[in-house]
Amino acid sequence: MSSLIGYYSLIFGVGVSILVIFFSIKNFNDTQKLDTKVISLVFLQLLFVIISFSGLILSFVNSDFSNETVFNHSHTTKPLFYKISGTWGNHEGSLLLWLLVLTLFIFVFLLRSKNQPKQYKILTLLFQQIIIVGFFIFLIQTSNPFNHIFPVPKEGLGLNPILQDPALAIHPPILYLGYVGTSIIFSSALAAVCSNNITKIWASHIKKWVLVSWIFLTLGILLGSIWAYYELGWGGFWFWDPVENVSLMPWFALTTLLHCVLVLEKKLILTSWVVVLSIATFTLSMCGTFLVRSGILNSVHTFANDPERGLYILIFLFILIFLSFFIFLIFHKSENNSSKTFYLLSKETSILVNNWFMMYFLSVVLIGTIYPIFLEVISSQKISVGPPFFNKLILPFLIPFMLAMAIGPKLKWIKSDIEDKIYLILFFVISLILSVLIIRNLDINFLYNTILITAAFYLFFITLRDFFQRKYRNLSQITAHFSFSILILSILFNNIFSSEVITNLKINETYQAQSLKINFESIQQENKQNFKAIRGKFIVEDKSGLIEIMQPELRIYNQPNIVTSEADIKTNIFTDKFMTMNYVQNQDYFNIRYQVKPFMIWIWISTILLCFSGCLSLIRRKYEN
Amino acid sequence: MYGRKVKLRFFFIFLIAVTLSLTIFLILKSLEENVVYFKSPSEIKTLSEMQQKKIRIGGMVKNDSISIVNKELSFVITDFKSEINVVYSGLIPNLFEEGKGVVAEGFLKDENFFSATKILAKHDENYMPPEVKAALEEK
Repeated sequence: MSSLIGYYSLIFGVGVSILVIFFSIKNFNDTQKLDTKVISLVFLQLLFVIISFSGLILSFVNSDFSNETVFNHSHTTKPLFYKISGTWGNHEGSLLLWLLVLTLFIFVFLLRSKNQPKQYKILTLLFQQIIIVGFFIFLIQTSNPFNHIFPVPKEGLGLNPILQDPALAIHPPILYLGYVGTSIIFSSALAAVCSNNITKIWASHIKKWVLVSWIFLTLGILLGSIWAYYELGWGGFWFWDPVENVSLMPWFALTTLLHCVLVLEKKLILTSWVVVLSIATFTLSMCGTFLVRSGILNSVHTFANDPERGLYILIFLFILIFLSFFIFLIFHKSENNSSKTFYLLSKETSILVNNWFMMYFLSVVLIGTIYPIFLEVISSQKISVGPPFFNKLILPFLIPFMLAMAIGPKLKWIKSDIEDKIYLILFFVISLILSVLIIRNLDINFLYNTILITAAFYLFFITLRDFFQRKYRNLSQITAHFSFSILILSILFNNIFSSEVITNLKINETYQAQSLKINFESIQQENKQNFKAIRGKFIVEDKSGLIEIMQPELRIYNQPNIVTSEADIKTNIFTDKFMTMNYVQNQDYFNIRYQVKPFMIWIWISTILLCFSGCLSLIRRKYEN
Repeated sequence: MYGRKVKLRFFFIFLIAVTLSLTIFLILKSLEENVVYFKSPSEIKTLSEMQQKKIRIGGMVKNDSISIVNKELSFVITDFKSEINVVYSGLIPNLFEEGKGVVAEGFLKDENFFSATKILAKHDENYMPPEVKAALEEK
């Protein structure tokens, strides 16, 4: 029943789309004000999508296996929380979520942009409707979440157990808020180009949307990363896996855009660049969806490899790209920059430097991700590009990048001199000494690591001093740069000081190394709602005699029949101790991995702080206006 | 003479061109060094010379081939045409099972022996390397 309502709501939703397009075109030239009818219709459309989405959630909650999506991805013994999160844990449902966010955002956009010119609002709405209609058709044609099956099966196939996890339950909605938020930026940038509305007011208006998408995207990536850390048992937070890269690319573009919009807001230059970036950001988000959903990249996100779906997204993507560049070329009037000159030492240049680096990082990740696919298509050679490639190309460039991040914000608009040079030099010397002290006794490339850590420390100290000195003049920027320095520092230390032991042990056996003793004491079994848990008990003794009891777990799920391992992680503010246990088929041995990962928690904390700085910037806008 | 504006613009275009070409050169060069090729056991047999570079081998874990000797894991990867022996010590993913798909990364000792440095965890119980799928369908 709920499936049926859901399906018809979708059809009605498309109908409303046509009405919205019709009325907004009619409204384009006739009156001064935006017709309230249009807003009501957009709300109606949102309502239909909400009903449709609730219909799907209800089908999942009630385990209505006459619905094919529910049958494929749910099971009666699954806990209620994961029944609900299973709604977007699959291809069809997650696309419905895309659509929901698309319609939600355009509605909020119309409400929140009262002071903008009418024609600009209507154009934004029209562009957004093109995307919305595209997704409606995609959903109904190739991935209908409400397909009926007959005879009705008694039991569903179940959700992949590694997706049954709180972090991953909220990861897709959050990430989508970021991904889909870029659609508003895209539509409104095109609309602003068409209606010649690129002004400082537009810049500060669109900046909020850029910020909102950026915050959610950052948070979404963070959640995915945390999940990969403790659930996949790989013991790291970032693997340069294509699926991760695909979310990082729009993030780079969005971060660049965020900085550019600042320039636009203050000085009304770089307009073309902002428009190109807006288009690129959304295109990258769509590309991400295409790569992940089409089955080209094999990952947990690939639900069903259906070539038709991939083809559809690809065609849709190309239409959007061509449309946007066509509009850009036809309508865009090059800026009149007679009175605007760049000085070498100004905030604009430092932001341009940021842009250059960001674009460089973006192209490295893009090529590293796309090249294997490209090569396979033309020469049927299968290759993979691993972490060394990215580390080698990105890490060294973080050095000038971070130095620019430290000094850039100190410069003034238009033309400036660097203030208090003594401090700048002093801090550099302190950072250098600190890094040398840290790196001195380690068996790694001395020069390279010292410089890298010096740069990170430098950014850390400079932003820290700004924080106390500047009397909160630009708190969000300082916080953002400060948290970035903590992020990089903790990533570097995490890399340098991590240690691990991998071994195969039987019960009652002891692993002995010079600095470490691991005793596999026992295992015990426990039955849970939809899985059986095997918990190992290990006594880990490090060289200082400190004893830690680790209890990693194996979970054997009944439906689908699959084994996952739950890492046992002991966290404190300095270091994470991480242990996973895997079973080896037909052997008495268990495969044990024990890792000590310093500063792990600071990677998460600094990223949360980064999101927080975005929120600060949003709030600041409010009270200034 | 050219005006200041024109000069500035030329300067910018020049700068962009230089950075762009440098970037592309750098990326392509590192790609060359850091790429890992993917082969099936049958392709290994047809190799004319031994490669010193890291490669990946994908296929199915042969039935009754997993064993642990001296804490070292050994097993056989098959694509139902050819087989290759793999020795490995390190993290073993949960979905590593006999009769299931596997991808091992490491170095070839000779055409029958492979020393793996990494076994790749696949997330999905239904996942099968495309090569194995193709091999199975041919059978």
